[in-house]
Amino acid sequence: MTSLTLVRRIKARPSIVFDAVTTADGIAHWWGPDAGPVLMAEADVRVGGQFRVRFRMLDGSEHESQGEYLELVKPERVVFSWRWTGGQEDPGISRVEIRLRAIPEGTELTFTHALLHDEETRRSHEAGWLGSLDKLEAHFAGGEAST
Amino acid sequence: MVNYQERLGRTFFALVDPTRRAMLARLERSDGASISELARPFAIGLPAVLKHLDVLTDAGLIIRAKSGRTVTVRLRPQPMREAMDWLRRYERFWSSSLDRLTAYAESMEAEARKKER
Repeated sequence: MTSLTLVRRIKARPSIVFDAVTTADGIAHWWGPDAGPVLMAEADVRVGGQFRVRFRMLDGSEHESQGEYLELVKPERVVFSWRWTGGQEDPGISRVEIRLRAIPEGTELTFTHALLHDEETRRSHEAGWLGSLDKLEAHFAGGEAST
Repeated sequence: MVNYQERLGRTFFALVDPTRRAMLARLERSDGASISELARPFAIGLPAVLKHLDVLTDAGLIIRAKSGRTVTVRLRPQPMREAMDWLRRYERFWSSSLDRLTAYAESMEAEARKKER
């Protein structure tokens, strides 16, 4: 779990999900941690292209994140770098990967957010360390391991 | 603040390895352990054990205290908490975003089907 991985099953075909993920108009509909509005979304959707999203949270605070598209395979895969503009919240740079897989009811979306660190760390991330922290986290939280 | 990312990276790197995770879990259950106690459950030699402990020390996840001839290893939970905070923060952010993405994509799918009819 040093990469955060989330999975959603969506009742929509992969091309529609891909557009929702990669177009400025699509991004404006979902980006952000609560129901607050997206104030600005720009996306130059090509490898090396930049995106920028500004949103307001329900508590009134405004935040902006930006990044660069690293890989684009329509309608299967998007990889982008990601950081907070200004870097107050977290100065780090992350790597976000969204994979789409066609399933009978639509699309299975697998989302991964990993710290973009040096090569060594990145390789170990890719070596399959995902998900293995859960138990340890339960230890530290003093609770039972959850599923 | 560059250090923050450095630190996180080091913590995550230290946690990649199952032996090191088991060592931390062992330390979490007790108030410190000697190096031989830590080594006991694993079929690896002392040099390998010491190497793992070095990685954990670099990440600030353990501290070693020497008293006489015994070295006592203790857990230092702060880096772990920091790593967990990082993960939790992004989990909240993205989990909520992906829920709305799901709803939005499903509404676009419904519209597309209407048009196709």
